[in-house]
Amino acid sequence: MPRLSRWLARTALLHLVAALALGILMPAGAARSPWIAGAWPVYIHLLVLGWVTQLIAAVALWMFPRPDRRLTTEGFPGWAFYGLLNAGLVLRAIAEPLPALNRLLPIAALMHLGAILALAAMLWPRIRGR
Amino acid sequence: MPLLSRIFLRLALLHLVTGTVLGAWLLGAKGGWPPAPPAWFRSAHVELLLLGWIVNLIMGTAYWILPRHATGPARGRAGPVVIALLAFNAGVAVTAAGWAPAGGRTLEVAGAAAFALHAWSRVRPSFRP
Repeated sequence: MPRLSRWLARTALLHLVAALALGILMPAGAARSPWIAGAWPVYIHLLVLGWVTQLIAAVALWMFPRPDRRLTTEGFPGWAFYGLLNAGLVLRAIAEPLPALNRLLPIAALMHLGAILALAAMLWPRIRGR
Repeated sequence: MPLLSRIFLRLALLHLVTGTVLGAWLLGAKGGWPPAPPAWFRSAHVELLLLGWIVNLIMGTAYWILPRHATGPARGRAGPVVIALLAFNAGVAVTAAGWAPAGGRTLEVAGAAAFALHAWSRVRPSFRP
């Protein structure tokens, strides 16, 4: 398993734990914390982007056929995907529930978009016959 | 990787990119840029990512790696898989566009059922020649 896939898979597990912990906090903590009260979209995106999509990326970058066996997944697009996805998720987790910080959300949106474009560009040529 | 898996996986990536563009627009609009999108963006974003991305990826990968048959075509008859590919993706597109949600959902169910029909006999211990 390549190093990038290990980082992606372990970070995906952290997102899973964080999302489920947030799921415990949300019903009880909504009255006490404005951040928790507005955290529903963060909870969903930690699960769907941080856990599911990141784990899919980890396995696909490891297992999909490579045009050349000597090619690795450790280049700039792979680490750009990792950095943009996770930094974007952390930024939206901080800013999305708090209206005063919502002006940061366009940056998080562009980070998510950049991450997904990098992932698609890496996987597209690896969807092949051999 | 067989041709049908390649089509499923490329469609999954197209759904991922399209759904993410809509989601990035929705998220950015909460912060004031870009301007607020039409209301249907939200349901299309969910449809494209939860069904278009994840289910196509699963079907494409399953058709590729589930245990193959010992006799006859290694991956079984392609007919149900072609029906699954066409019906499911037409259903996702129709539902995401908000044209005829009930019709789109019916196509999705038909696609899922066709894929289940195909995969049912391949979910078993591996055959080793």
